Amino acid sequence: MRLRRLLLGLALLAPLHAQTTLTIATVNNGDMIVMQRLSKQFEQLHPDIHLDWIILEEKILREKTTTDAAMHGGQYDVVTIGPLEAPIWGRRGWLLSLEDKLSPAYDVNDLIQPVRDGASANGHLYALPFYAESSLTYYRKDLFAAAGLSMPAQPTYADIEHFAARLNDPAHDVYGICLRGKPGWGENMAYLTTVANTFGGRWFDPAWTPQLDSPQWHDAVTLYARLLQKYGPPGSSSNGFNENLTLFENGRCAMWIDATVAAGSLYNAAQSKVAATVGFAPAPIAVTPRGAQWLWFWALAIPSSSKHSAAALQFIQWATSKEYVQFVAHENGWAAIPPGTRESTYKLPEYLATAPFAQLTYRSIMAADPLHPTLQPVPYSGIQFVVIPSFPTIGNQVGQIIAAALVGNMTVDEALTKAQAATTRVLARTGKPQ
Amino acid sequence: MSRQRASRWLNTPAIVALFLWSIIPLVMTVWFTFRRYNLMEPDRVGFDGLANYRYLLSDPTLFQAVFNTVVLVGAVLAITIGLGTLLAILFDQEFFGRGIARVLVLAPFFIMPTVSALLWKNMMMHPDNGFLAFVFRSIGLKPIDWFAVAPLTSIIIIVSWQWLPFAFLTLLTAVQSLDSERKEAARMDGAGPIAMFRYIIWPHLGRAIAATTMIESIFLLGIFAEIYVTTSGGPGFASTNLSFLIYRYALMEYDIGGASVAALVAVVLANLLALFLMRSFARNLDT
Repeated sequence: MRLRRLLLGLALLAPLHAQTTLTIATVNNGDMIVMQRLSKQFEQLHPDIHLDWIILEEKILREKTTTDAAMHGGQYDVVTIGPLEAPIWGRRGWLLSLEDKLSPAYDVNDLIQPVRDGASANGHLYALPFYAESSLTYYRKDLFAAAGLSMPAQPTYADIEHFAARLNDPAHDVYGICLRGKPGWGENMAYLTTVANTFGGRWFDPAWTPQLDSPQWHDAVTLYARLLQKYGPPGSSSNGFNENLTLFENGRCAMWIDATVAAGSLYNAAQSKVAATVGFAPAPIAVTPRGAQWLWFWALAIPSSSKHSAAALQFIQWATSKEYVQFVAHENGWAAIPPGTRESTYKLPEYLATAPFAQLTYRSIMAADPLHPTLQPVPYSGIQFVVIPSFPTIGNQVGQIIAAALVGNMTVDEALTKAQAATTRVLARTGKPQ
Repeated sequence: MSRQRASRWLNTPAIVALFLWSIIPLVMTVWFTFRRYNLMEPDRVGFDGLANYRYLLSDPTLFQAVFNTVVLVGAVLAITIGLGTLLAILFDQEFFGRGIARVLVLAPFFIMPTVSALLWKNMMMHPDNGFLAFVFRSIGLKPIDWFAVAPLTSIIIIVSWQWLPFAFLTLLTAVQSLDSERKEAARMDGAGPIAMFRYIIWPHLGRAIAATTMIESIFLLGIFAEIYVTTSGGPGFASTNLSFLIYRYALMEYDIGGASVAALVAVVLANLLALFLMRSFARNLDT
């Protein structure tokens, strides 16, 4: 009786133990939702730390975290950022540098090199990668077989256009190709920049003169608009990654060129109707393979304004550790693990056996070279974006203008002339990067 | 005399508070227009002369945004007041189920702007699985990709749908306040429905229409949620209005200086519109 009362008393006291509350801002992608669900384990391991989740759409997340970091607001203890923010914010001292604070068990040298480079600046590591991705061509093996087509080991954009024309069948609700059309530097411009790269284009020449009115960009945008106008699903101009994922999972697209991270969802029979018939190939190329596939990651970082950096450090190490990868595999299966961040992940025989896309994902990430992204020389790093502070401004404006060309409200030439002018204007205002 | 003076003194704190309340944000906005202040470049903050003004006034999208704002406000006013008047006259008659029908007409006003925009985007105007696409297909037409082909028109439809109940309600009360003996007298003098509307109802509605126009314009100048949810101001800048332009400067480009100049343009535009409305309706309001 007494013991029971004592236990009851302890149970009531338990919540009072949670002294530190970490506010975590993250993006509403599938892998982050899994992290939130599995973070119960972290709270059990660290009863004195309570996690408060703020899960937002990418664009809104970026707005909130950027504003908070710039104003030193201290609202968040952990922020989810990408390779555009990590080096810039790190250099400005908005983020805690991490390399000397990690526990030896974390094994920082296991991080995949291009990803680690992307999260670093001036030799300091500013964020721990949660998952990394490149881009792939997904296609429907059943539709290809029925039409007597076969996907080459390295498709070209001429192949893709030919396939799209053959497989486009709106009468049966199947469209030749799904691509991102939603405007934004991380939306349509991420994909379109890889197309421009493979056509031999670049954002800037070494003197920082914008190159959007070049013939390479003209070819890229013409092809992009033609593919979506002729063989894309209706409403393409408002489709982003998640919309296309839903379309492809429901069997509405014959092909889709997008992030490698989609493979895990597409192979998950619980949510994907095409799990048995999805195939994949490297991202298509045109003139050069350079910059044809992108490199992106989401990483967890600690703003220097956080008042709970010690607890935050515990959390970001837990969420990006080898053990977390194992834990997700145990809970949700191997296809669902956050990919692309650790060499050790690609040495796990269970993963390689159950995830046929793993090898190609690894090869694509290793082949991506953010330091030499284009055929012609450029003064910047980053493949599907340019690592300068004003790139979101430039990318968003150009993305809006390209969307007008996509729906046919502007010609490609007109759009690129306007895009060139907008880029020049922004650069004139912000000054050329150092 | 001394009582009057005392009351004036006692009023002062309230008036000063009200004055500060309204003037401080404006003064701060004006102050920011002269500053180089981009959140992404915290190390380059300082006085910047007229650079923000030069930057904004050379922005080709500014004029499009002003134009879109005027079109949006004008079109929604015309639609809501036109249809609102017709509906008000209809609902002034007795008919079966009037109570239910009136609730249905009023319902859109109680839906939050973001929610109604989402409803229209995903359930009505979606080119693939929207209701309008279904209607178009069932009569053998190709569905329209509304937000791509006619972005501003789509926004006008959504906003009109939201604001029609407001116009309807104010105009209905005005119609109902019309003295039934006057209508009776007109009818006995042989006035048909059109003459009745032209000479009896319309003059009576003048004041209600003026009030509705004023109140609606205040809200319509700041339409934002519907654009944000559906078109993000695009494609291109085809559905960017001034509020969305300010948002783009402040929160997509983190350019507080540029956003402040755009905000000032919005203030000027709102005042011009108010002046115009006051002038044109002043007579109505006096009589």
